[in-house]
Amino acid sequence: METVMGNGNGQATSGGRAANAPHSDLVLPYGDQRNDGVVQVSFTLPVAAGPLAEEAARQTMKLMGLEDPQVAEATAIGEEFTFFVGYGKLTRAVELSKLRVAAPMWEELDQAAVNQLVQDTLGRPMVVVGAATGSDAHTVGLDAILNYKGFAGNRGLEAYSAFKVVNMGSQVPNEELVAKARELGADAILVSQVVTERNVHLANLTNLVELLEAEGLRDQVVLVVGGPRITHALAIELGYDAGFGPSTRPQDVASYLAQEVSRRMLN
Amino acid sequence: MLKLSIDPKIVDKCHELSEDITSRVARELSSLSTVAIERTVARFAGVDGVTPDGVPLPNVVVNHLVEKGKIHDGVAMHLANACLALDKTPQQVAEMIARGETDLSAIEWQGTEAVTEKAREICQGSVDKIRARRAEREALLEELPVTETPWLYVICATGNTYEDAVQGRLAASQGADVIAVIRSTGQSLLDFVPHGITTEGFGGTYATQANFKLMREALDEESRKLGRYVRLVNYCSGLCMPEIAYMGAVERLDMMLNDAMYGILFRDINMERTFVDQNFSRMINAYAGIIINTGEDNYLTTVDAFGAGPSVLASQFMNYHFAKKAGLKDQQIGLGHAFEIDPSIEDSLSYELAMALLVRQLFPDCPIKYMPPTVHKKGDIFTSHVLDSNFNLVSVLTGQSIHLVGMLTEAIHTPLIQDRYLSVRAAAYMRRAAKGLGQNLEFKQDGLIDRRAASILNDTLKLLEEVSEKGLFAAITEGVFAGVKRLRTGGKGREGVFKKGEWYLNPVEEALRAELFS
Repeated sequence: METVMGNGNGQATSGGRAANAPHSDLVLPYGDQRNDGVVQVSFTLPVAAGPLAEEAARQTMKLMGLEDPQVAEATAIGEEFTFFVGYGKLTRAVELSKLRVAAPMWEELDQAAVNQLVQDTLGRPMVVVGAATGSDAHTVGLDAILNYKGFAGNRGLEAYSAFKVVNMGSQVPNEELVAKARELGADAILVSQVVTERNVHLANLTNLVELLEAEGLRDQVVLVVGGPRITHALAIELGYDAGFGPSTRPQDVASYLAQEVSRRMLN
Repeated sequence: MLKLSIDPKIVDKCHELSEDITSRVARELSSLSTVAIERTVARFAGVDGVTPDGVPLPNVVVNHLVEKGKIHDGVAMHLANACLALDKTPQQVAEMIARGETDLSAIEWQGTEAVTEKAREICQGSVDKIRARRAEREALLEELPVTETPWLYVICATGNTYEDAVQGRLAASQGADVIAVIRSTGQSLLDFVPHGITTEGFGGTYATQANFKLMREALDEESRKLGRYVRLVNYCSGLCMPEIAYMGAVERLDMMLNDAMYGILFRDINMERTFVDQNFSRMINAYAGIIINTGEDNYLTTVDAFGAGPSVLASQFMNYHFAKKAGLKDQQIGLGHAFEIDPSIEDSLSYELAMALLVRQLFPDCPIKYMPPTVHKKGDIFTSHVLDSNFNLVSVLTGQSIHLVGMLTEAIHTPLIQDRYLSVRAAAYMRRAAKGLGQNLEFKQDGLIDRRAASILNDTLKLLEEVSEKGLFAAITEGVFAGVKRLRTGGKGREGVFKKGEWYLNPVEEALRAELFS
């Protein structure tokens, strides 16, 4: 049995059911048995279909760290392009206990509990200003979180007595957002942002933090960013209090906001 | 054959109400023009290019007239007057304005009759050119016929026109019939059209005349190779609707996204600006033989799609009547809708079927554009592909005309090369596999699907009655559509709307009207 190294320094056995409970800290992809390491990949090479393309695909999979690469399908999708579906085995394991994961620290509360917590903390609704800033025209995510209707049966923040919501919509300049937050005495700012491949939107997110700091408002608001490519870790790095990625429900954001204001009041 | 039992009296009533609603808007706004329309007229007169600072010359001319308080006469009269007085072409006059060498308001008036005649003359060349481009498309369609329906429509969005051309040709070779180039984020809010070839965009590629030309040439080449004419689409929306229409017309684009209310609701563009620009841009599209695509899919993506049926239909009725008023033929009115009902709802497929067939049946001669699921797609590309498969089936079964191919990676990124290939192949498979299926099936009379369609139609009538009673402006103000409230006096681009003066002339509109309504 082959012994492999984790990305920590732990050791694991792989390739069989033997590597069970005692070493469950070390994980490999699961195909049809524990730690067989089987993964499925698909990709395109700018090479005309044929034996050369297939060999290039196998080598590509080897470069990914896959052993025993198999090309299951090679299809010409243009004169100079071949699409591959392939399988291979990973042998290097991840050691779970060595991993550090950033996630917002909050518990899930139901609507009544959120309303109660905000009432107990502030004695009034929390003022939440939301906007898709800069050149961003996408408001689907922001609307899903804020609007009464919500998302997938989970009511939006407008449905909570705990929140007074102002949704500024799309393509809002950071300056306008900050001015609105000041005018309304916002307790929280929710920014929706689609970060594109070219990362043009990151600068815009950073710019908002700088503006808030310059206006002396940064510490007075809970600053949250959400979007399909946002992670909590990225949000922290950019100077936000929390970040929410895909599949976030309004209840997640509501729970976080209520607990965060409460935590700040206690501190 | 699949057919819904619907009450023709309700349909007639919906048409009557929408005709009335849209006529009232048209009447109320007939005394208005906009800076975008005047820039378009300047382009018809041959004004093109940019200043050394990158300001488009049509903007220079129109801004100059606004500053001099003369815009209410229309750009054509002042350009024509200057051409006569200075013995220059409109382009030369525009360049002189840019250099600060002339003031159109200070040039001696050459006589109304002579100026009017000259105004018509300077715009006629572009009108003739558009007619020729239309004839060229008709000839190409004869030579390179497109035989299968629905047409498979895919999107390119690399930001770089050269790369779009590569991807567009590749998608066509993989089976796509229609290539749309998505615009750079936020272009709809620019009050000018960027100039020249562009290679940098955000989430899309800038719509410019040079980019249109390059893309059309690439697709012409591919069309010849495939023996099948590949259509090109862009976005005739936002603050420059009519200018983009002009550019699309002279560069022989084939379709334009061109909705009567989209800009108001989803981009917060001023209502009057949108309706006035919309009408003129549609006249240009009508004359150029372009198929417009309306954007009712947006109602389905912003609110819960299950309940949005009536607002989609009501908007389609109004878009249809606005379009007819601009001279578009039914065959040019690509009303839009989408497959967006939450798949966790029991019988969601039956509800989609009911809606798709209802739209198809209500507008039998319109090339209906059906858009794929997006809202309920997440990172699981395999499940997304399954969802698209159901969408493909409903589309073929109900005889939709323009099928926007759903992407399995919709929720993640702009399509990778293989995403487009897999999606087009799946749609082409369904087009083949279910080709005659709809012809051989019937619905159970008064069953789930019939009843669903009847209830949507009834609610549409109620909604149109409400809009008719309030008037469209007030209805939008109260948030009747997509829950979005807009004020008549609010929104972007309002400062660009002006009242036409006593001597106002738009010779392009005059010429198009004569051609379209003769």
